[in-house]
Amino acid sequence: MTKNDIKQVVLDIIADIAPDEDLSAVKPEVRLRDQLSLDSMDFLDIVMELRKKHGIEVPEADYVQLASLDSCAEYLLPKFLAKQGK
Amino acid sequence: MSQPPRIVITGLGLTAPNGNSLKEFRANLLAGKARITEIEVRHMGRQPAGVCDFDATKWQKRKEIRNGTRAGSISIYCAREALADAGLDWEKVNKARVGVYLGITEHGNVETENEIFNISQFGNDTKYWTHHHNPRTVANNPAGEVTMNMGITGPHYTIGAACAAGNAGLIQAAQMLQLGEVDLAFAGGISESIHTFGIFAGFKNQGALGSHTDPNQASRPFDKNRNGIVISEGGAIYVLERLDDALARGARIIAEIAGWCINSDATDAVLPNPERQTQCVQMALERAKLRPQDINIVSTHATATAQGDIQECIALRNVFQHCPQTYINNTKSFIGHCMGAAGALELAGNLPSFEDNWVHPTINISELDPECALPGLVVNQPQQVPEVKTILNNSFGMLGINSALIVKKYEVA
Repeated sequence: MTKNDIKQVVLDIIADIAPDEDLSAVKPEVRLRDQLSLDSMDFLDIVMELRKKHGIEVPEADYVQLASLDSCAEYLLPKFLAKQGK
Repeated sequence: MSQPPRIVITGLGLTAPNGNSLKEFRANLLAGKARITEIEVRHMGRQPAGVCDFDATKWQKRKEIRNGTRAGSISIYCAREALADAGLDWEKVNKARVGVYLGITEHGNVETENEIFNISQFGNDTKYWTHHHNPRTVANNPAGEVTMNMGITGPHYTIGAACAAGNAGLIQAAQMLQLGEVDLAFAGGISESIHTFGIFAGFKNQGALGSHTDPNQASRPFDKNRNGIVISEGGAIYVLERLDDALARGARIIAEIAGWCINSDATDAVLPNPERQTQCVQMALERAKLRPQDINIVSTHATATAQGDIQECIALRNVFQHCPQTYINNTKSFIGHCMGAAGALELAGNLPSFEDNWVHPTINISELDPECALPGLVVNQPQQVPEVKTILNNSFGMLGINSALIVKKYEVA
């Protein structure tokens, strides 16, 4: 599992929850909200899909870590690796 | 008390199992074409049901469809189509003076059942329960989705009125226009009920769920061998305005709301009361200043249950037994019971009679139940009549709610 893999996981989730968005040129360092039409309910969808599909929990205090693809990868990689290590 | 302003219909959008426009719906009603299919119902297997196939993406983004409800999508499709039909310059309409009033039989069961199933896949852990649940299940959801989609900032709410809801939505809108609460209303009824197994199971265990080896014959009101209701989804939403406003903008006037009544049986939760139904129809006639013989078409509510059809026929005989120019039909024989949408859709399918003077039939009658052999019942084949100037639309529902709505062909008075 790499950071790029994590970014793809998040993009795949966004593709499901925001199917009208063009995800071909998402800039990983830019806040997702600044380049896509996503609201707070959508971010809760990302949290829910991480929980359902990957067994990854994101506590409310850490939601800010999901701001950009880069920050998602940084924050989620250890969680995915820990999950794989089990 | 001065006369309240006259209220007219100036637009209409609909989706029915056998048509996604009034033109298509009407053509199928005159051609005798039912469209009931079998669907897989959770926990119950295949059941006959009326399914709509409108293109939701015509008026909604895919994300709106995903986050919203089926009832919301049906409502948005119908409201947008009604707007287009009304010929309004939407940019110039004051959206704060527009109201949305939608009748529903129930709302929220679909999403609740889906979430109960969803968390059952995760050990019933409620942390998997979607955060979309509450906005999807609040009772105003279908009307609220319309306002968000169309930028309407006036009032919106749903009218819970069991299967009388389609009429109740229209009546509510007419009243709000007469009170001056709004200048324009989107009103009618909608239903997403085929997506909840509970309504199928409830009717099944009540002995009131229709079936037949040919789904298109499963809904057969007034037939001697009828065996219950076919559950369907659908919607019909009308644009209503005060007559003066409609004339001022040169609107095409489809019909005038002439009178109505809603009353209550106050007797039984499920068994209808023909005495109260009779009173409901009589009161609607009185308010419309019409006599029974002035009514050209009675659009019946009959759902194809053993008792309910007979009870309505008793009520109709009480009122219309000496009215040779009154023709009686039923739409559920084509599309099943569209629940909250039923009254609004059934009225819609009859409105073109003002132009073509044809009365669509009730179909699927192999052997007419003698107790339902109403004079004037149009059976299996459409009937050309001298003139149609008035329609009385019956819609009744559980807990003993009755509604009768009368519309008439617009004439300068």
